[in-house]
Amino acid sequence: MPIRITMPQLSPTMETGTLARWMVREGDGVSSGDILAEIETDKATMEVESVDEGRVGRLLVAEGTENVPVNQTIALLLEEGEDEGALDAVAQGEGSEPPGTADPAPARPRAEPPSRRAASPLARSMARQAGLSLEDIAGSGPGGRIIRRDIEAALERAPAPPVSGAAFEEVRITGMRRVIAERLQEAKRTIPHFYLSLDCEIDRLLDARRDLNNGGHRISVNDFVIRALALALRDVPDANAKWAGDVIHRYASVDLAVAVAVDGGLVTPVIRDAASRGLAAVSLEMRDLAERARQGRLAPEEYRGGSFSLSNLGMYGIREFDAVINPPQAGILAVGAGYPRPVARDGALAVATLMSCTLSADHRVIDGAVGAKLLGAFRTYIESPLSLLI
Amino acid sequence: MAAVTVRQALRDAMAEEMRADERVFLIGEEVAEYQGAYKVSQGLLEEFGTARIIDTPITEHGFAGLAIGAAMAGLRPITEFMTFNFALQAMDQIINSAAKTLYMSGGQVSCPIVFRGPNGAAARVAAQHSQDLASWFAHVPGLKVVAPFSAGDAKGLLKSAIRDPNPVIFLENEILYGATSDVPDGDFALPLGEAGVERSGGDVTVVAYSIMVAKALEAASSLAREGIEADVINLRTIRPLDTRTILESVSRTGRLVIVEEGWSFAGIGAEVAAAVIAEGFDLLDAPPRRVSAADAPLPYAANLEAMALPRPDDIAAAVRDVCYTGL
Repeated sequence: MPIRITMPQLSPTMETGTLARWMVREGDGVSSGDILAEIETDKATMEVESVDEGRVGRLLVAEGTENVPVNQTIALLLEEGEDEGALDAVAQGEGSEPPGTADPAPARPRAEPPSRRAASPLARSMARQAGLSLEDIAGSGPGGRIIRRDIEAALERAPAPPVSGAAFEEVRITGMRRVIAERLQEAKRTIPHFYLSLDCEIDRLLDARRDLNNGGHRISVNDFVIRALALALRDVPDANAKWAGDVIHRYASVDLAVAVAVDGGLVTPVIRDAASRGLAAVSLEMRDLAERARQGRLAPEEYRGGSFSLSNLGMYGIREFDAVINPPQAGILAVGAGYPRPVARDGALAVATLMSCTLSADHRVIDGAVGAKLLGAFRTYIESPLSLLI
Repeated sequence: MAAVTVRQALRDAMAEEMRADERVFLIGEEVAEYQGAYKVSQGLLEEFGTARIIDTPITEHGFAGLAIGAAMAGLRPITEFMTFNFALQAMDQIINSAAKTLYMSGGQVSCPIVFRGPNGAAARVAAQHSQDLASWFAHVPGLKVVAPFSAGDAKGLLKSAIRDPNPVIFLENEILYGATSDVPDGDFALPLGEAGVERSGGDVTVVAYSIMVAKALEAASSLAREGIEADVINLRTIRPLDTRTILESVSRTGRLVIVEEGWSFAGIGAEVAAAVIAEGFDLLDAPPRRVSAADAPLPYAANLEAMALPRPDDIAAAVRDVCYTGL
């Protein structure tokens, strides 16, 4: 009896996955632990390992197939002594499997069920041509049927369409891009953001870093920032919290999600209990997480569940920016590049390296004074770098 | 261009075609000596004589079969039914002999014949003498079905029907015989299978044939006072149906009302609606509406008869419906 290889559930909420790549071909021998395929979920690309030994009998789902339901059979493995004849029976038997595993053919992306809004055929085709969604249009016909005059009214309200004929290329949406879009849209729609900015002098920090690195370390400015933010959040626990509908959850530890740019988007690996980790440990862990994030090889538990976020665009020369909160968290710190800038010191003009930082805060959880306290604590740590070494 | 009655236009068409082609002859009850029960064949006996204008006994099945045989043998008969109600007696000849012989003979035997006469309701001739049989005939492959409205239609279409190599059912209307309209001079023929546009609107397409074109035009005039402008399409030929003209209009209006004097079930309105839905689904902003006779034998009583047949008000109401004016 051939062995079924099914679409694995790589996280508790995963319902479907994209079969990104087959690492074996039909006829290949496999032993336990061999990589069979790469599965792309919303944030990571994961490998499917073989548990059994045998020969790849049939690949049932084509490479690049999106939305393959969890537990759907994606391949059949022949055990020793079995021949191809055994495959057909199993492939056909797939029809009697529970829903979700019923389709032995390459799964196609499931079409959305057609809209059941009543609309005249003319209204439908007018809306299609104008790119209008019938969902957004009220129907004035019998029983709420959408008719021509409703589309015409909607077109009058709608802004002028973009210049027709403008060329564009259609770019396929990855699972990651979809999650980014959904999460950030949700954030901007539901979280009342407000923003606080201040500048930190980082000359002493840069000196300390140079000394440390001369001693053989590879500490980045970002590592200092992670450490300083973690300590500041420990000092101001009111900011290390989330809005939970009718209560506020104040987190017991500082789990800092650090945005890492990757091909086609970004991920936020989490440094757990960052406030109790030393600078060297933070640095090593961050480097490992960032590298695996860029390779798409983070496990889901490594990028889920942070309590606060950090986004640093200093390495791109950005002076300052406002970040969008990563729900369900209540805050994110946006850090810019350090630039030499004129400052007034004791009534005289001097030059200092300033790093602008902007806190985006969820006003339901963090009030202005709490946010200011957090930023103030953060600056104190940044400007006295020795305190970060304790 | 001269103003003539439909009756004269039909007579002129037959006379001109008989002069042009000696194979053409007229046969039917009272067509010769009495010059037609409705005086459509006035003067023809005098001009063409008894060999070509032939009175028959009251025997539709007999003279229809005789004429069909003559057509198969190479002549071009015009067969008049005093009314098409009496053609029911000749149905087997029309359907099984005239319509099918070209097919069944593998194309060897054609039947170039015209069956003509008044069709539909006149005035108070009751259930058995008031039937619009258009959908009966249009159902049958092998028959062409023509239904003129104006005098121009009558002349132009009858001349084309006589020249056509197939059996043609030519449905006249008793009430329209006396109606006068302009007919172009000379050898004027209208092609079969092409509809005419009697009025151009843009808000709704109203399709009708025969006397219902007049009702539709009347409805269109009153609708225009309400700000609704109707395209009124005169089908002229029911089979083959000119779907192109109808679809062209519906592509501008998005709304369709079909008017027929017959019953709605399996009627011409159903056929037109089906054709438009099949080929122009995305053009429609409202479900097509049919206006037709009440689904009952036509009453004899004048008031009930008037209520049972489509009236301009019924057409206007259907138009308002598809224009969603009540909402």
